[in-house]
Amino acid sequence: MCKKVYVEVFAKFEKDGNIIPISILWQDGTIYKLDKITNICVAASLKAGGSGIRYTCIIKGVQTYLFLEKDRWFVEAKESE
Amino acid sequence: MERIIFHIDCNKFYASVECLHRPEIRNKPVAVGGSEQSRHGIILTKNEIASKYDLKVGEPLWSARKKCPNLVIIPPNFPLYMRFSKEVRRILEDYTDIIEPFGIDESWIDVSAVAHLYGGAEKLANIIRERVKQELGITVSIGVSFNKIFAKLGSDYKKPDAVTVISKENFKEVVWPLPANDLLYIGPATYHTLQKHYRYTIGDVAQTDCQTLQKWLGKIGILLHSYANGYDLTPVCKSELMPNIKSISNSTTLPRDLKNFDEVKAVVFVLAESVGRRLREQGFKCSVVKIYLRDKDLSTVSTQKKLKYPTDITREISKTACSLFLNNYKFDKPIRSLGVSVTDFCAVDCPLQYDFFVDAQKKAKLETIDKTVDTLKKRYGNFALQSASLLKSVDITHFNPHDDHTIHPVGVLKGKI
Repeated sequence: MCKKVYVEVFAKFEKDGNIIPISILWQDGTIYKLDKITNICVAASLKAGGSGIRYTCIIKGVQTYLFLEKDRWFVEAKESE
Repeated sequence: MERIIFHIDCNKFYASVECLHRPEIRNKPVAVGGSEQSRHGIILTKNEIASKYDLKVGEPLWSARKKCPNLVIIPPNFPLYMRFSKEVRRILEDYTDIIEPFGIDESWIDVSAVAHLYGGAEKLANIIRERVKQELGITVSIGVSFNKIFAKLGSDYKKPDAVTVISKENFKEVVWPLPANDLLYIGPATYHTLQKHYRYTIGDVAQTDCQTLQKWLGKIGILLHSYANGYDLTPVCKSELMPNIKSISNSTTLPRDLKNFDEVKAVVFVLAESVGRRLREQGFKCSVVKIYLRDKDLSTVSTQKKLKYPTDITREISKTACSLFLNNYKFDKPIRSLGVSVTDFCAVDCPLQYDFFVDAQKKAKLETIDKTVDTLKKRYGNFALQSASLLKSVDITHFNPHDDHTIHPVGVLKGKI
């Protein structure tokens, strides 16, 4: 089971209007740098409950989805986190 | 060239959007319903699981709970539904600009010119269905046909998350065996008349002589004959080409019954203020003011008055509505619901010739006040500025008809038959 966790994001606003996330500030204060973004598309998150622009990111070798829902960012977090 | 029309219907729209956002209730019976405290406690929509308990849209929540004790009831979140409605439209706009919305959760689109680019009509319908599911997490059913009526029947034919093709070749097998009341504009009364004449299916209607149907049902008989035979040629109408609005209204069911005229006056003012503001936003003046009221035993009175001069001034609309109330209601029973509506529009800059006794300067002043209030409300919110008289009865006047009721009922026919 996943839960929806809203996070603070450091992002780059490009000249042509694209928003590219650079790193995530996690609840415990750790900053996670996004090593790579492999895909950007519009998608729903059935696991966490929501929809928006989905960034498929690689963080420390692990694939994670980061969503921009209207004007807030969220990730699909494990229930225990 | 044969037309290719899709009717896209978002399945159990409000409930699906809610279930998407709350994974924990997805496997439970869910209904979206109004607040019981403010006496709007009816089911607006329900999910598939709740449908198994024979719950009806419009049913009071207390009765729904009796049928299904573990029903999860969620208050509606209209801004969220509007966002999803826009998102669905965004997807449709990738394929065509000929989009006709029908309510918040349905649309017709005309893809005659582009379907071949995607490998045919059915393939394109499946692409759209998959995209909505993937991008928005809700499902749609799509009817594919050569006219709007059969396209709509197609989207109802198989749900959820399905595509149904009704072509010139198969419509007699698919559509004709369906019960006649599945067709648009066959409501309970028309269906009853048809049954009296042993016409039970759409096929029965199609095969009945047009004049005979007209004799039984009036003008609508001709229309139904053409619908049932697939003769409907109505184009999909782009939303920006939709005919101008013909009336503006706001109504409310109150959290408690109104017992005296002062309370009625306060609520009428709130409604008139919203109606007036919407009227001014559209750039119209109205010549007819109507009120609608319902007492605690649910009997309804509706009455209207033609104004001597068209107006868009809140105070004039409110005064007329109040005088209509005083002339038509004896207050033998407390009031449960109230509505104010205006019709018979002319453009705001249409020249007017007042008679000698009209105080044109006062009118100009009231217009300026309204304009100023509108600007302030638009910028700082509806409750930024309010009439002091409303503060006496905040429990019944603290609502915002202007922004809370942005979803309006629509009809298929754009004029008279």
